[in-house]
Amino acid sequence: MDHIGRPDPVPLSDADHPARPRAGAMDALGLALRLAWRQLRSDRARLMTAVAGVMFACVLVFMQLGFKGALFDSATNLLNSMRADLFLMHPMTEASFRPEHIPRARAWQALADADVAQAVPIYMAQASMRNPESGRRRTVQVIGLDVTANAVRFEGLAPLTAALTRPDTFAFDNRSRPEFGPVGEMFAAHGPFRVQIGTRMFELVGMIDIGPSFGADGNAVMSEVNFRRIFSRDPAQTDLVALRLRPGADLGAVQARLQALLPDDVLVLTHPELVAAERAYWENGTPIGFIFLFGSVMGLVVGMVIVYQILFADIAGHLSEYATLKAMGYSNLYLSGVVLGAAIILAVIGFIPGFVTSLFLYDVVAKGTFLPLGMPVERAVGVFALIFGMCFTAGLLAMRKLRDANPADMF
Amino acid sequence: MEAPLDLSNVTFSYGDGELRRQVLKDVSLSVAPGEIVLLTGPSGSGKTTLLTLIGALRGMQEGKCRVLGQELLGAGEADRVRLRRRIGFIFQNHNLLGFLTARQNVAMALELHGGLNDTARLKRAGEMLAAVGLADHADKRPSQLSGGQRQRVAVARALVAEPGLVLADEPTAALDRASGQEVVHLLSDLARRRGTPILLVTHDPRILDIADRIVAMEDGRIIQADAAGH
Repeated sequence: MDHIGRPDPVPLSDADHPARPRAGAMDALGLALRLAWRQLRSDRARLMTAVAGVMFACVLVFMQLGFKGALFDSATNLLNSMRADLFLMHPMTEASFRPEHIPRARAWQALADADVAQAVPIYMAQASMRNPESGRRRTVQVIGLDVTANAVRFEGLAPLTAALTRPDTFAFDNRSRPEFGPVGEMFAAHGPFRVQIGTRMFELVGMIDIGPSFGADGNAVMSEVNFRRIFSRDPAQTDLVALRLRPGADLGAVQARLQALLPDDVLVLTHPELVAAERAYWENGTPIGFIFLFGSVMGLVVGMVIVYQILFADIAGHLSEYATLKAMGYSNLYLSGVVLGAAIILAVIGFIPGFVTSLFLYDVVAKGTFLPLGMPVERAVGVFALIFGMCFTAGLLAMRKLRDANPADMF
Repeated sequence: MEAPLDLSNVTFSYGDGELRRQVLKDVSLSVAPGEIVLLTGPSGSGKTTLLTLIGALRGMQEGKCRVLGQELLGAGEADRVRLRRRIGFIFQNHNLLGFLTARQNVAMALELHGGLNDTARLKRAGEMLAAVGLADHADKRPSQLSGGQRQRVAVARALVAEPGLVLADEPTAALDRASGQEVVHLLSDLARRRGTPILLVTHDPRILDIADRIVAMEDGRIIQADAAGH
């Protein structure tokens, strides 16, 4: 083409003539993201609405997953804190608060294996305990076992074994809900005192660490003999048996041998398997898991609709500008990239305040309910992936509107 | 030298079957390098359809249409998108992006081409805005500019990437007489100095003086091609 007589105001040397190969894919991506951001930024009110929508979805999902995780964690608090090598449980036991009895003889039978050093029957039942301050009664989980055998290692139990062998004594769970009264503070201030469990007066001799569960608000640990003073039960029927193995024994091999040796009215479980079985009951045997899943999905749907609406309205309101860009030589792919870029930006800037708010709410809820609400890294990453997917889907749906931007209609 | 634009026997219809309506019949037209051609004619005469075909905004049906060396009959979407980057478009409405400044809007036309970084693009856009007399308004948004100023930004956007051809559709329709005159004269001056050919569709008799040639259309045919007074 003839370039002679080009004017001064626009000096274009051939060296920077733009008729070059296209910008690289990364450049194009960066430019599309920048365009998306400039567009989002231009309307603060709409941006805030979109961010609030993403944040709302984010907080809702975090809270649902948090409650679900806390529920399952707390449901397994008791079994989690009973540390032993192997356990015998009835195969039909669904949850620890409602155990099927197993014959105590199974414990002694397990001792037939040379690698089993100790077998301790554990009795579990619920009773009411009177708040020493207000006198109100509250359901407590009572665990009775041979406290001198150290097969079961509760946190803080070891120094109390001598005291617990005396008649009518018990150790109380420090992390029980506050409805039982300031038991820990009273114990720390005045030492042992008497508390009513069931219809008997018991002496509190120490505090241990277990944590409340949805089945019971607190836990009391006592000797097997003291347990029978509250509950008139056949001592030949126990609820759980804890086994301690000889040092160096192969856990898996002993488990397999015992399972073969014992009748099929008991399951031989490792500690993680015992906890997992309890958790599986709450996850699958109750509608709780579904309720939280449903709540999470609703949050994501609402968030997606809000993001979709914002992106869609944005395209619909600027069809002629998008068509102009197409006429200028911007490809459909590039413009789709702008829409997806906007969706991704919304995901990121909505997630950050959503995450911070959720951390704050976790703290508030944990203080209010004594449920163990933590923020594991996997959950943070997982929720970000969900929010990202939510915005991405909204972007994909909104992108279809771009087809309506037809440059041939511009003239 | 090859003509930037060369059409022969272009025929085009909308619709199918009974509703089929032919809007272009056997149109042949050639634009020489640096030539400014005005396309006039009543509504429905097919001018706009012709412009969309030349601008690669619509698929060809029959005939030959060679634009800047690219044959459009049977050209794929990717070829057409690539060709559009070498054409400057000016529409009836400015269609500037409201959330970008005038300078950023003009730079958008440069982002499609490699070889320039962001600073260079903005500098070039600024120079182009100065050339259309908007040096002081480069960092304003379209909403802060008058109608004529916005259309001048659109002219700058169409020309900044040094297109091989400029296609304009009624660029003065939304403007008052004075601004309209100003915009088309600016366009023709800049194009003429760079040797860029222009094909401009207009109803506006007040701007006929910028043309090298005036082509009149009626019922999908070219009925008259006059050399204007240049």
